[in-house]
Amino acid sequence: MVMPDHNIYAGLTVAVAAGRLGRGWLGGALARVHQAWSGTKAGEQGGMIIRYSVLPGFGLTLGLTLSWLGLIVLLPLAGLVIHAADLGWSGFLAEVGTARVLAAFRISLTTALAAALINLVFGLLVAWVLVRYRFVGQKLVDALVDLPFALPTAVAGIALSALYSANGWIGSILVPLGINVAFTPLGIVVALTFIGLPFVVRTVEPVLQELPPEEEEAAISLGASRLQTFLRVILPALTPALLTGFALAFARGLGEYGSVIFIAGNMPEISEIVPLLIIIKLEQFDYHGATAIGTLMLLLSFVLLLLINLLQAWMRARHAH
Amino acid sequence: MRTDGKVLGVHVGRPALRDPAWLRSILIGLALGFLALFVVLPLVTVFAQALRHGLIAYFDALAEPDAVSAIHLTLLVAGIAVPINLVFGVTAAWAISKFEFTGKSLLITLIDLPFSVSPVISGMVYVLLFGLHGWFGPWLREHDLQVVFALPGLVLATMFVTFPFVARELIPLMQEQGIEEEEAAVSLGASGWQIFWRVTLPNIRWGLLYGTLLCNARAMGEFGAVSVVSGHIRGLTNTMPLHVEILYNEYNFVGAFAVASLLALLALVTLVAKSMVEWKWGDSLGHSRY
Repeated sequence: MVMPDHNIYAGLTVAVAAGRLGRGWLGGALARVHQAWSGTKAGEQGGMIIRYSVLPGFGLTLGLTLSWLGLIVLLPLAGLVIHAADLGWSGFLAEVGTARVLAAFRISLTTALAAALINLVFGLLVAWVLVRYRFVGQKLVDALVDLPFALPTAVAGIALSALYSANGWIGSILVPLGINVAFTPLGIVVALTFIGLPFVVRTVEPVLQELPPEEEEAAISLGASRLQTFLRVILPALTPALLTGFALAFARGLGEYGSVIFIAGNMPEISEIVPLLIIIKLEQFDYHGATAIGTLMLLLSFVLLLLINLLQAWMRARHAH
Repeated sequence: MRTDGKVLGVHVGRPALRDPAWLRSILIGLALGFLALFVVLPLVTVFAQALRHGLIAYFDALAEPDAVSAIHLTLLVAGIAVPINLVFGVTAAWAISKFEFTGKSLLITLIDLPFSVSPVISGMVYVLLFGLHGWFGPWLREHDLQVVFALPGLVLATMFVTFPFVARELIPLMQEQGIEEEEAAVSLGASGWQIFWRVTLPNIRWGLLYGTLLCNARAMGEFGAVSVVSGHIRGLTNTMPLHVEILYNEYNFVGAFAVASLLALLALVTLVAKSMVEWKWGDSLGHSRY
């Protein structure tokens, strides 16, 4: 490598120093958050309550975990929010209120929503087929579902772009029919559908597997048709899992960058997604703009994360009885 | 998917739940068609495009110096980021699964946080900290150090996005396994390290391998986060995915897809290894959330 070694070392030293600062801040913040959440007196004592255990290593492992988490994840994210706070309300609104930024949010939200809806339907279908039926090559198909997790997004991006361009395998069929996918918002939906594909399948699959067959049989013996059984018995039982998978796919699609930029065409206010706009602002050294948009995105992610956690709690509660 | 016998048994013995053959064929056909269109076709395209001008052009593209240095850089970044996250994952899982303390579920949520953050933001936060106009920017410049647009930035961004992988595989697994075996080891006089190496590690090794594989695949394939911190200096700070982007934008499709095919191979190897771990040792893996 051309990079001199002392740079790496110095970078780490800085990071460690930053971490020491962050640790106290983090500890305090954690205690406060905990106090607010649980309403116990643990926060007032300024520490965590530990049930006594004979196993060693609690202080060491928790300390390392908290410092590392603070250093790599929480401190940098807090830095983003603090940067945004420097802008003030009016500055923040001025940055995110421009036509281009609003259009980017509209495009990102609608395309992620469309892709998550497609995955909701086809994810359920794939999960159903994998759990309920037996066919040749099933294990291969099951493994393929995870490909979008494993394939680097840039690779997916250029592959989809090549497929759907006018002389690609799919594009050469669609373009003469007047359907342009590459370099339009439709292309974004295609890329986000690819990216979000495993989420619904993998959340619905285990729930479908654990569904007690007696309930379905009871419905049928009471005279319900197969369709009625599906709509009235199976679907309600799957609802929490479906919504969780949908929310996961939507959240992933909202932040996705690599697979989208190659196929989207990236026309401002037509096919420009929010993550791309952040990168454009950063490249123009418009840190205020990038910070404001980034913070809004982060806020959206937190709301979705909270929603997903609530859905998962609902799923577990459903599952428990 | 890991309880074939049971599911099969359920439906052989329960004729009322069998869908008619025509319905089964239609649904299987639709599902396979969807997967073929969205998963198989893109994968095949990568290799078809890479080999469009034959094997010689393919290997020439891979032997090109900028491609070679991109491959080296990707291996180096993953070689630093993955072991660090592995140690972190084991450490976090030990604290969370072997002890009871308040705020545990909050801690698990925070560890999962990087999954919910856009990769672009994961890179941007380090630019804001260590970039020229960032908090530590002036200090770094005074001391002639570079984090952003250099190796440390790439490693930091990669560590951020791959942060939860190992921990999230191990936490549910180790929670299921409980602490009885470790307690027995303590009562027999084993030290902390002995317990970890002789009792815990053998119990979690497949889960650990599984998490590390996924962590590595993501570390080598990460695009958005490293794109922000890399600066795109050819032959210096371009990882493989970034090199793919540059070649593609220069209309060097064979070159772009040749490098992309290596990443696709990595993804396939990861999937095969992952499936093998799942099929053979599915019982010794925790319940992943998706």
